[in-house]
Amino acid sequence: MSYIQAEGLKKQYNTGDAAVLAVRDMSLSIEQGEFVAVMGESGSGKSTLLAMLGALNTPTSGRLTVDGIDVYDLGQEQRADFRREFLGFVFQSFHLIPYLTLAENVMLPLATVKASRSRKRSMAEESLSRVGLGGKAGRLPNQISGGEQERVAIARAVVNDPPILLADEPTGNLDTKTTGEVMALLGNLNREGMTIVMVTHNPACARDARRLLRVSDGLVVDEAGVLKDVSDLGLRIAEQGAGVAPRSREPKGERT
Amino acid sequence: MTLRDIAFLNLRRRKAKAAFVLAGLLVGVSTVVGLLTLTGAMTEDVNHKLEQYGANILVVPRTESLSLTYGGLALGGVSFEMEEIREKDLEKIRTIRNAGNVAALGPMLLGAVAVSGRKVLMAGVEFQPARMLKPWWKVRGELPPENGALLGSEAARKLGLGIGDRFQADGWDFRVTGVLEPTGSQDDEILFTHLGTAQTVLEKEGRVSMAEVAALCKDCPLEDMVSQISEALPGANVMAIQQVVKGRIEAIAHFRKFSLGVSAAVVLVGALVVLVTMMGSVRERTSEIGIFRAIGFRKSHVIRIVLLEAGIVSALAGVLGYLAGVGGTKLLLPFFAPGGTDAHHAAHAVGIPLDPALAAGAVVLSVLLGLAASAYPALLAARMDPNEALRAL
Repeated sequence: MSYIQAEGLKKQYNTGDAAVLAVRDMSLSIEQGEFVAVMGESGSGKSTLLAMLGALNTPTSGRLTVDGIDVYDLGQEQRADFRREFLGFVFQSFHLIPYLTLAENVMLPLATVKASRSRKRSMAEESLSRVGLGGKAGRLPNQISGGEQERVAIARAVVNDPPILLADEPTGNLDTKTTGEVMALLGNLNREGMTIVMVTHNPACARDARRLLRVSDGLVVDEAGVLKDVSDLGLRIAEQGAGVAPRSREPKGERT
Repeated sequence: MTLRDIAFLNLRRRKAKAAFVLAGLLVGVSTVVGLLTLTGAMTEDVNHKLEQYGANILVVPRTESLSLTYGGLALGGVSFEMEEIREKDLEKIRTIRNAGNVAALGPMLLGAVAVSGRKVLMAGVEFQPARMLKPWWKVRGELPPENGALLGSEAARKLGLGIGDRFQADGWDFRVTGVLEPTGSQDDEILFTHLGTAQTVLEKEGRVSMAEVAALCKDCPLEDMVSQISEALPGANVMAIQQVVKGRIEAIAHFRKFSLGVSAAVVLVGALVVLVTMMGSVRERTSEIGIFRAIGFRKSHVIRIVLLEAGIVSALAGVLGYLAGVGGTKLLLPFFAPGGTDAHHAAHAVGIPLDPALAAGAVVLSVLLGLAASAYPALLAARMDPNEALRAL
């Protein structure tokens, strides 16, 4: 059995009389240490898939095992424990808490962990250093740029060294240069042994992944396997027509 | 970083919401504290006045004759037939079940004597308990020794006697050592001397006409004491002097009930303010709660954060509400105590003590109220679907 094994995942949303099938039937296997990019057009079900892999969303039917744990058999509180133990989340819009400093934001996953205040502090500072923001621990999110906010989100996701990182369009709001920096960071984490599943619209980002999953209309339509070279990826992406130019984002506060 | 830190930081960030919750609880708690303190102070005031009232139980001989006086007016020419109580029988009062409540026992022998050809009512008393039984007495001069006399103001005026003057009563020599300031009572007309002296002059050794008892009044079972004394002294008629204050005590009891009703209403409104504000706060933090849940916070963690916030603000509201309530009472008490300017003195004399039990009660009430009103919003926050919460942005 693979490290992450999803079988027949289906998600249907009922809105009034209408039923929308966001995910029809998705099965996939991801091995430990893989870096998988999930691509597809908007509304194809890729974000729903990621939410289901992260136990944030329960499928209408299907099964998910992670490291042998049957995730959907867990109760709500056990799922929370599972997320804390196994998963780090990086969201497209960063989801940093505005009134907490960068260090405090990064320390959030440790709030429910039994450890001394100083230990938590040093873990957060270490994580911020890992993403190149060691000197900015005391700043607030609105005092740094969008790229830096994304890096803080990554630092928060990995502060307790989870084995799996789930990233939902982590570069969706970043310019090309910053996108490169963030992808380099994710590449480093993967080389350190972290399993990464990343939803993206950006073909350039998928270049750093070892494997590409293409989803369309709620189905996995192509499992590319291990990408050999960039031209292979370029061909596949051209076929999918999924390339989206990255949008640039101006920071709200002081840019450093 | 702990859940408590998150709660504190959120309160610091959302000062306006925290202030609103604080205000809601503060108004409720200060109203409860204020009204409780006010009724407490008013009761204390009445008790204080009761103590000033001195004797509150009268022991007189049982008689079969009907009273021939009305409104202080005695029918002329009718000599009153006086029966007495034996002085040693009065000691039985010290043995009743509530003897501990007897603060003072003052026997009194009454009899008419002739001074300079005029009839005067002589009262033999024990001056030591008399000071407690008649706290309104203001004596010019000194209390008399064995052969001395203390004259009521009117008696002194009518007899033309002053301090240091000597006179004869029924042939016995007396010296005036003191004169009472006018009291507005019957005491102004009386010649007071020691009980033993009066018994000798009136030839009623070992006998007294009546006895006054001062029972400690705060929560004292006055009716019980009356019946206990009646049992101890079957030949005596025992009466409680409480009609005047009873009315006020009843009025205060009504005011207390009214206060409790008002307090309950204000507390309910305060709780609703907390509920609505906390609901708003939770809704405002949808994405934040989604993040908490996504990174592994249990539902119970989210509940704890919300309740911690409510608890911190509520405890603060409890302390401030207590102080505001006590402060408000200090300002209001003079208006609730009768007697115009005197009321200021009365309120001042009674005082409003900082009661640690009431302070603790205020904080506990505030915290319980805050937590109860925040329980539903906390539950709502915990039940939030993390996926939906994150998509809400």
